[in-house]
Amino acid sequence: MNSPNEPGTLRISTEEDRCVAAGHCVVAAPEVFDQREDDGVVVLLDPRPPAGVRAAVEEAALLCPAAAIRLVSGT
Amino acid sequence: MPGCRHPPRERDVSVADVAESEGAESEGAAGADVVIVGASVGGLTVAQALRRRGFRGSLALIGDERELPYDRPPLSKEVLSGQWPPARTRLRERPELDGLDLDLRLGQPAVALDAARRRITLRDGEALRYGRLVVATGAHARRLPGQAELAGVHTLRTLDDSARLRDDLRTARRTVVVGAGVLGCEIAATVRGLGRPVTLLEPAPHPMERLLGPTIGAELARLHTEHGVRMLTSTPVAGLVGADGRVTGVRTASGEVVPGDVVVVAVGARPATDWLAGSGLTVDDGLVCDDRCRAADGVYGVGDVARFGASGAAERGVRLENRTNATEQAMFVAADILGAVARYRPVPYFWSDQYRVRIQVYGTVPARSSIRIVEGTLDSRRFVAHAETAGRLVGVIGWNSPGRLRTARGLLHEAVGPEPAAPLSGQA
Repeated sequence: MNSPNEPGTLRISTEEDRCVAAGHCVVAAPEVFDQREDDGVVVLLDPRPPAGVRAAVEEAALLCPAAAIRLVSGT
Repeated sequence: MPGCRHPPRERDVSVADVAESEGAESEGAAGADVVIVGASVGGLTVAQALRRRGFRGSLALIGDERELPYDRPPLSKEVLSGQWPPARTRLRERPELDGLDLDLRLGQPAVALDAARRRITLRDGEALRYGRLVVATGAHARRLPGQAELAGVHTLRTLDDSARLRDDLRTARRTVVVGAGVLGCEIAATVRGLGRPVTLLEPAPHPMERLLGPTIGAELARLHTEHGVRMLTSTPVAGLVGADGRVTGVRTASGEVVPGDVVVVAVGARPATDWLAGSGLTVDDGLVCDDRCRAADGVYGVGDVARFGASGAAERGVRLENRTNATEQAMFVAADILGAVARYRPVPYFWSDQYRVRIQVYGTVPARSSIRIVEGTLDSRRFVAHAETAGRLVGVIGWNSPGRLRTARGLLHEAVGPEPAAPLSGQA
C-alpha cells in the first residue's frame, strides 16, 4: 500500500462481547482486523492504524452486523 | 469488499435542483436534500455512509419508534434473556448521531408519500419535501387471527415487544413458540436458558428448513430437543385458544390443543408499505425496486421493505430480511445517490445464535440442493457444509466454524460470477 504511514488521528475500538464473528471487518480491512481461530471473535491488530486505511476501516465499521467497531476519534 | 474500491464521483443533490427540474414550488415547505424514512439500521446506515463519503447536503431521518436507532438481532437473545440492558442495543449514542448533522424525527411515522410532487407527510400532518427519498421502513411481525384480543400472546420485533415478553416469561408456566424460523428458534433457546418449559411448533418437517435444508435442519431439531424443547414439527397451527381474555393454548391443524399461558407468534414479517398506498410507487410484497434499488426517479428502497432487482413481469426481484443486507444495501444506495453506478448483487448472509451454537449461512440453500459436509462432521458439532444445485455451489453453512467461513463469500462470488462493482468503499 502506498498510503500515508504516519499513525494518524484514527483510533479504533472493538467490543468483543458484541462481536458475532461474521468476519466482514477482516474482508474489508485485513490490515487492521483479524479473527480468533476458535470462535471467530474479532482481533484488533492495530488500534491506531495509518491514515491510508481510513476508508477501509470506516467500511468495516459500517458493515459490522453487530455494530461492534467504533471509530473513537479522527474526524 | 475487496477489489471494488472505486471512489465515488461526487454529485450535488439538492432540493433546489429538483424543484427546478420538476417545476415544483420550493418556498415555504420544509424538507431535506435526502429524506430517509425508517430509523433502524438500514436508514441510519444510509445517513452514516452519505456523511462518510463527504455529502454536505441536508439530511432528515424519520423513525416511527421513540428510541434512538437500535439493533434488532439482540432482542431475541441478549435483551430477552436480561443479559443486556435495552440501551446496549443502541447503534449509535446521541453525540455520534448529532455529529451526522441530521434532522432526526423519532416517534413520528411517515403516513403518506406523493412521489410525483416529491413530498412525504408525517403523522402530525407536516409535509416534507425531498430531493432523494430512501424508504427503509422495515417490516411488521405477522400475527394470528384473534391475537389482539388475548393477553399473553406476543410478537417480537421491537424493544418494547422484547420487554413485554420478558415480563411475561417471568411468570410463564408453559410457553409456546409458533414458527421455527430464525426468530422462533432463538426465542425458544432463550426461554430454555431462563429455565422455562417451551414447545416449538413448526409446519415444516424441520426447524429453519427453508434456510438450512432438511439435513442440517434435522441437526438443529436434535439440538433443541437435547436442550429440553418440546419440538413439534410437521405441525401447522389452526389458531389460538383462550379463556377470559387470556391465551390458554394453540390449536394445531389436527385439532390438538398445545397448552400455553404465553404464546410467541414468530411466523414471519410483512413489509411496512401501508403508508405507500396511493404514492404512485409499485408495491408487491415489498417496495419494488430495480437492480440499483430505485423504486422511481429519486426514490430508493433499503432493507426488509425493498424488493430489489425487479424488472418487468419476468423478474420479480428478491427481498432479503437480514441484518447484513440492510447494511450493505444502505451503503450501496448512499453511493448511488452520490453518483456511483452499479448493480446491487449481494451474497446473502445471516447468522443465528442458539444455545452455544453459532450458525452462519452465506448464499442460499434451495429446497432441492444437495448438502456436502466439507469440514468437520455433524457429530462433532463443528462443521462447514456446501449446498450445491446441479453441481454448482449456491450456499455455505457454518456450524460453530466462524474462522473457516471467512472464505465462503469469495467462493460464492467465484461460483456466481465476478464480484459486482458495488462501490462500498469510498474516501470520506
